[in-house]
Amino acid sequence: MTDAMTGDPKGEIILDMHGLRIEGRSDEIWHEIVHGVNVTLRRGEVLGLIGESGAGKSTIGLAAMGFARDGCRISGGSIMFDGVDLVKASDDSLRQLRGSRIAYVAQSAAAAFNPAHKLIDQYCEAPVQHGIMPRAEAESDAIDLYHRLRLPDPESIGFRYPHQVSGGQLQRAMTAMAMACRPDLIVFDEPTTALDVTTQIEVLSAIRDIVRQFNTAAIYITHDLAVVSQMADRIMVLRHGNLIEEGETRGMIEDPQKEYTRDLLAVRTFRKEISDEPNAEVPLLSVRGVNAAYGKVPVLFDVSMDIHRKRTVAVVGESGSGKSTMARVITGLLPPSQGEVFYDGQALAPGHRRRSKDDKRRLQMIYQMPDTAINPRQRVRSIIGRPLEFYLGMRGEERDARIVQLLEMIELDPDEFIDRFPGELSGGQKQRICIARALAAEPELIICDEVTSALDQLVAEEILKLLQRLQDELGLAYMFITHDLATVRAVADEIVVMLQGKVVEHGPKAEVLRPPHHEYTALLLSSVPEMDPDWLDNLLDERSGQTA
Amino acid sequence: MSMIGKLVAQRLALGLLTLFVVSLIIFLCVELLPGNLAQEILGQAATPETVAAFNRELGLDLPPHERYIAWLLDMTKGDFGRSLASQREISELLGMRVQNTFFLATLAAVIAIPLAVTLGILAALYRDSWYDRIVNVVTLTSISFPEFFVAYILIIVLAVNLGIFPSISNISEDLGFWEKVYRSALPALTLTLVVVAHMMRMTRAAIINLLASPYIEMARLKGLKPGRIILKHALPNALAPIINVVVLNLAYLVVGVVLVEVVFVYPGLGQLFVDSVSKRDIPVVQACSLIFAMTYVLLNLLADVLSIMSNPRLLHPR
Repeated sequence: MTDAMTGDPKGEIILDMHGLRIEGRSDEIWHEIVHGVNVTLRRGEVLGLIGESGAGKSTIGLAAMGFARDGCRISGGSIMFDGVDLVKASDDSLRQLRGSRIAYVAQSAAAAFNPAHKLIDQYCEAPVQHGIMPRAEAESDAIDLYHRLRLPDPESIGFRYPHQVSGGQLQRAMTAMAMACRPDLIVFDEPTTALDVTTQIEVLSAIRDIVRQFNTAAIYITHDLAVVSQMADRIMVLRHGNLIEEGETRGMIEDPQKEYTRDLLAVRTFRKEISDEPNAEVPLLSVRGVNAAYGKVPVLFDVSMDIHRKRTVAVVGESGSGKSTMARVITGLLPPSQGEVFYDGQALAPGHRRRSKDDKRRLQMIYQMPDTAINPRQRVRSIIGRPLEFYLGMRGEERDARIVQLLEMIELDPDEFIDRFPGELSGGQKQRICIARALAAEPELIICDEVTSALDQLVAEEILKLLQRLQDELGLAYMFITHDLATVRAVADEIVVMLQGKVVEHGPKAEVLRPPHHEYTALLLSSVPEMDPDWLDNLLDERSGQTA
Repeated sequence: MSMIGKLVAQRLALGLLTLFVVSLIIFLCVELLPGNLAQEILGQAATPETVAAFNRELGLDLPPHERYIAWLLDMTKGDFGRSLASQREISELLGMRVQNTFFLATLAAVIAIPLAVTLGILAALYRDSWYDRIVNVVTLTSISFPEFFVAYILIIVLAVNLGIFPSISNISEDLGFWEKVYRSALPALTLTLVVVAHMMRMTRAAIINLLASPYIEMARLKGLKPGRIILKHALPNALAPIINVVVLNLAYLVVGVVLVEVVFVYPGLGQLFVDSVSKRDIPVVQACSLIFAMTYVLLNLLADVLSIMSNPRLLHPR
């Protein structure tokens, strides 16, 4: 079992991609997006592909199956899989390889499972259709794999529909499905990106064990270097479709050769300066004993918290813990069933319809998905101009001058960006536009709802620094909703930890992060992957030691 | 399943309200038409006295709201009343014709629905091929002509020139089943041509719409055959929009037969409806409209129930 970690010689080469070139089409013109990359993989070896979005990781991973997404094509090089060149192979012979000898695990299991069929039916499809085993045998095999992947109720979980199973369980069920024909190679395409940290650990360890048990070769694609260092024997760092650096995992983490790799490693180093304790003045925002429910389903239970001027309060918790619901209560989108929200000592009306324009102006929001938070058919000028007109009554030249000022504040060149459509911006630039739109209203408090989770790490880092600078310059207060503890460490003054709609711990950052922790805070903290290839092993040992 | 029961009960209640509103609107519209029953029946030469006597005998001298309320009260007792023109029981008048119309609509549906869905699935499977284009052009052409025009073309080709089917659909009760089918073939074909395009295009669009989904990519990466991907993975998730369009077209088949029935002299509801409107025979018009409205309400309810049944998220909650 340890040989996987030490990188002992593996079996023969199973996959050899040589000089791989892939083109993508935009506006009817083909552009090269992967520029001659070489990838080799031996039986039983796990290769990590890492890079930011647009680096070509997924494209290369899919190419290992001889597959190119619509709008992409493999334009050069060879892909030798066990003696067959997948570039030249017929559609029919590719089809026979896929699912049976090379399998795929997608990023979002919730989307990649067909909602219309039970899990086990989808499991059995590949082995039965490829003629590997009859249905009954496949079914008992599925149950065996569900056992091995430590799914709850392995006997019966397969007979549920995808929407009846949680995200982490679905991801493991998908790994089982990929294993169904005992393939030689599995491509894991960001399998834990959509999961909470605590769930991520279960999935990571389950995937790693099963791959080792069957000595399956794997390509593990992720943007998270800490995750990949737990999984891979060897790592390839990609950027803009080029290989930056390749090496054995431990060596890469301890002694990266290239600047870009060092940047990726160093990404989590940003820390805001420790600011003073809040003065005893009235808090800017105060939530008192709030209960809230969606219909009859209660979501928040007796939640209280304060946010002082010029400070950042991070609200942490897993999905479903009620973080975003809190934001909805504060902004008045969801009137609480009990409790009150005070702004500067004054009680706010529970529903946003009954709040004054000025109440709304002082409280702005930035959302997780900049793509869906701004109108794709409006230019930057009207996106930022709208709150200027609506809240401050600015018109004409005054308004345009202010838009230019705001664009400068978010470090985008006004001449270049003011008349662009959102479609012509990158993810990070779109998020900057969202920040400018929030700033346009001249707010005192901005609620940031997972504002960096849809962004690449380096881009996210830039956004965090920008928000910090704006806070220092404008004296803003932030409520920072996130599930990412690295972000919390970077930006927070105070931390509120939420679990199942309740606040389980709150206080200044140093206090919450320093032991002794609340049980759940400790679990969250220890679940954040670290850049140490032994981290997962140590953690699992430690946890099994505790329970034993 | 209690959710479906609740939905059905709610919809039926709303349906009753719809029927009431429909009857009111139809009544008012017919009232607004120029001319009246007495003139139609007694002719232009009738003296004012005879017209007045005729009206008094049928209760037509009463103000409109009293006539409507009287009619409504009879309806709640299940009494359709009598035709003003022929003095026959309306229920008796309707019986055979309702059967005939539903027979024709069912015949057209039995041909059109499997044809449209199959064509749509094949068009999705071989999208952007010559097959796809030809099917699209042909079905769009047939939908672009008015029904009566399609009907006359079919009569010229299939009845007059080739002599395969009769041009007049003379249906009566004593005919055998297959004889009825044979005589109704041309109106059924006309209706088929009119409704196939819509259903086929919706089937194609609903399936193609899903082909970019991650689970379709997953199915392709599992090495499944294209036909299986469409049938097993795309179609079940495309059912809701397809069902809705199919049912809407079914309703159209029942309601929209008026013109086709007239062309083929088919003894159905449509003909009766047209005759009654021209005679200002309000109770018969009301009865026909209610049957049409009821068809719509029930079929739409059916569509909703089937859509829910096709969605595992609603059928098997967490």
